[in-house]
Amino acid sequence: MIWQALTLQLGYNATLVAIGATMLGIAAGVTGSFLFLRKRALVSDAVSHATLPGIGLAFIVMVALGGEGRFLPGLMLGAAVSSGLGLLVIGWMIRRTRLTEDAAIGAVLSVFFGAGIVILTVIQSMQAGRQAGLESVLLGSTAGMLRADALVIAAGGALVLLLVMLLRRPMLAVGFDPDFAAVTGTNVARIDLAMMGLVMAVTVLGITTVGLVLIVALLIIPAVTARLWTDNALRMVGLAGLAGGLAAFVGAAVSATAPALPTGPIIVLASFVLFVLSIALAPARGGVALLLRQMRFRRRVHRRQGLLALAAGQPIHEPFTLTLLAREGMARADGVPTEAGRIAAAKALLDEARWAALRGDPAQGLTASRYDGLTPIETVLTPDQIAELDRHLPRPQAVI
Amino acid sequence: MGAEFVALSLTPLLIGVLAAVTCALPGNFLLLRRQALIGDAISHVVLPGIVAAFLLTGRVAALPMMLGAAGAALVSVVLIEAVRRTARIEAGAAMGVIFTTLFAAGVLLLEQSDTSGVHLDVEHALYGNLESLIWLDATGWASLLDPVALSGLPPELPRMAVALLIVALSIAVMWRPLAIATFDEGFAATLGLPVRAIGLALVMLAALAAVAAFDAVGSIIVIAMFICPPAAARMMTDRLLAQAAWSVGFAILSAVLGYVLAGYGPLWLGFANSVSAAGMIATVSGLILGVTMMIGPCRRRAGGATVH
Amino acid sequence: MAHPLSTPRSLLQTEGTVAATPAPPPALQVGGLTVAYGEKPVVFSVDMSVAQGTMTAIVGPNGAGKSTLLKAVLGLVKPLSGEVRLFGLPLSRARDRVAYVPQRASVDWDFPARVIDVVLMGLHRELGLLRRVRPAHLDRARACLARVGMEDFATRQIGQLSGGQQQRVFLARALAQSADLYLLDEPFAGVDAATEKAIIAVLKDLRAEGRTIVAVHHDLSTIRAYFEHMFLINMRAIAAGPVAEVFTAANLQRAYGGRLGEAQVAGMQAGDATP
Repeated sequence: MIWQALTLQLGYNATLVAIGATMLGIAAGVTGSFLFLRKRALVSDAVSHATLPGIGLAFIVMVALGGEGRFLPGLMLGAAVSSGLGLLVIGWMIRRTRLTEDAAIGAVLSVFFGAGIVILTVIQSMQAGRQAGLESVLLGSTAGMLRADALVIAAGGALVLLLVMLLRRPMLAVGFDPDFAAVTGTNVARIDLAMMGLVMAVTVLGITTVGLVLIVALLIIPAVTARLWTDNALRMVGLAGLAGGLAAFVGAAVSATAPALPTGPIIVLASFVLFVLSIALAPARGGVALLLRQMRFRRRVHRRQGLLALAAGQPIHEPFTLTLLAREGMARADGVPTEAGRIAAAKALLDEARWAALRGDPAQGLTASRYDGLTPIETVLTPDQIAELDRHLPRPQAVI
Repeated sequence: MGAEFVALSLTPLLIGVLAAVTCALPGNFLLLRRQALIGDAISHVVLPGIVAAFLLTGRVAALPMMLGAAGAALVSVVLIEAVRRTARIEAGAAMGVIFTTLFAAGVLLLEQSDTSGVHLDVEHALYGNLESLIWLDATGWASLLDPVALSGLPPELPRMAVALLIVALSIAVMWRPLAIATFDEGFAATLGLPVRAIGLALVMLAALAAVAAFDAVGSIIVIAMFICPPAAARMMTDRLLAQAAWSVGFAILSAVLGYVLAGYGPLWLGFANSVSAAGMIATVSGLILGVTMMIGPCRRRAGGATVH
Repeated sequence: MAHPLSTPRSLLQTEGTVAATPAPPPALQVGGLTVAYGEKPVVFSVDMSVAQGTMTAIVGPNGAGKSTLLKAVLGLVKPLSGEVRLFGLPLSRARDRVAYVPQRASVDWDFPARVIDVVLMGLHRELGLLRRVRPAHLDRARACLARVGMEDFATRQIGQLSGGQQQRVFLARALAQSADLYLLDEPFAGVDAATEKAIIAVLKDLRAEGRTIVAVHHDLSTIRAYFEHMFLINMRAIAAGPVAEVFTAANLQRAYGGRLGEAQVAGMQAGDATP
């Protein structure tokens, strides 16, 4: 069954839902990565919670005008208007008062949501209050996407991606270094506005399927996952889209296999699984790789310090250094250097002296800045340059 | 305004007030430490906590659900810190990863529980049911002195009172270390203050407040109480103690006004039903914040000195 | 310390020596200290010894590890290796004898506190959790403010202070701690001339009382006027000792590398820049 789901053989509806979800996932991942770069991940939470009063009011207005009420584009418009208003309020609060960004986000999030709840209870008491459809806004719809909705979401997602493609250069510039971008002529305020608009669009597209809270997950988790794999901003955006799309596709497929599996949560859990796998496995910034690198670094530092101590005839007292040197055959357990250790120590001492001479030369500022206490000078200078340096050293350079 | 008030409005009003104040107190420090959104995270993970407790015990009872919520809060704080360190990302993103995932797990578990036949009221968890916490055993103001009637008090009331007591006492005792560690963490550490433990204790107090309050006002509204009254207080004063006092005042005002407007507002406007008290309390706290942001004497960022 | 190279060395050695008249332990002694952020060493295998009753400047180019060295001494960052001793004791046993004046930028000055509240923080060890602030404490706090010339600002909101005034408040807070060793991180950065005069006067008074001053100092032109000892660092310890001996063109070249023009150094040695 799961294999059929993954290869889109479960029928027209399920296929449509899968496509719609995937578009949403890609769009959310991509848009969210810009938010992440700007260090504003949780603004998405405010945007999503602030849609509630707009949705409620739109419903009431549409019913009052004689319509059906649960008319998706109308609700989406209401959502966009109130979350847009919320964004404006956040910006105003940060600029005009001493409140910090997190306070502004939290205040708008909770107050708008509270107002939305009030409006929902008003709707509950209305005759036309078939709010079962509206409450899916909170937790996502358990029945999955309707066909019409899937089309809207897929189309909207594609539009969002198109806009991101068009605006990717300025958005990346602003995300990476807003001051530099401003100096080179980018209108930072307008690009930020565009970015928030895209976030709003993705949120509005996603709420009826995945729900208020979980669309935030799709905006944040794929972006963080992508960050673990690369330091390149453009690549990160692409990977985030991939992660979001993958999670959405797998999630939609899995949830189609059983009636009690609502789409939204499964998609979010799929994206979390991707995240955890990335933490474990990613070579660039994954946890395991990081740990190994840190251990190796610690050994390098202690090895260097130990060798220099040996060279200067100083006793070593740090147990970690002693064990390390003993294990590598550089010294005996009591700290007396072996023959190999003596050679290595003299080399280290010479390296230090050369670096000190290099760093003191005003003409060599750039090369000297590569000094980190560990890198041998041979990686930075040619043998001729090293010979030149040796001529100015105050001590004999011969190594056994 | 006699027997009917005591029986139908007094206890919900009191519970609302106590919940608001219990959240506003730690909220002052969360705000100053730029940790306002930890309340957001805690509020969202309360749902999976109570669903897990419900599935484990099979009953819709207060104690296991509160323990479940507290456990979820603790687990999420630990996980958020773990994610922040291992993935090297900002606190907001780390919170976003964890609380949305836990919330998703909660919703998923909820679906499983629905099929098992017993119903767990999700809306209740999200925005509470303050209006229903009435005291039917009361016959009037005299019931306050009647032990028999008092035994029929809604249990949420003494629960909230105990939570407020714990939170208020803890903050009072920790006041100076909290202030010093919030203002200048490096200096606090050199004094020998356990800054990490202080930060953790504050978050735990916030979690206690959220867990105790969610039954009355729901988890999402709790965020409003953590942030809006203290933020409004920030607009009014430049002194820490005064800020805490203002925040308590604003919290009480929000709760009372919100409850009254929710219950009687629609009646005044000609409608029959009341609206969500919790939602109205949050909205009123927001309106109060809005007013103070426009006319509060200390609303502007510190002028004179520039921080390099 | 003429030799530029440092080695890891246990400070426990000094405790074993027997002398006729035991010399007072150094106010600060650091051995083989290495601190790295991630995989970038910022302080590498640094030894340092500061005698009691002296005034020492920690000097070096930007990013040389000066602030990090202070923070490692105070236990604010965890070193990869090395030992720190304050008055011969580990930090945990010597906290009441050390006062820290951090950089101004490390604090949010919008915090709801008045000047007097910040100075009272320096009295925390005495006040503890529950003791009330008595008039005696307020008097001591005001006395510290008077020493830095800020007695009229006691009830001012700290956000309304200028940079120099903020720096003086930090110093007053440190004075309230009645410490024997004062560690200051760039106390003269971005302050007006009057504040600089006031601060150096207080520091010299403290030194005259037998206390020890160690300050990260950014301005080469005022070292000779303000300090008697200096410690040159650029990730590694470059040179240490009396200013007259250490402040040479050769040492400065080794520390600052290509960042100091020859003429600049010569100018600093020849003319004296007195503030």
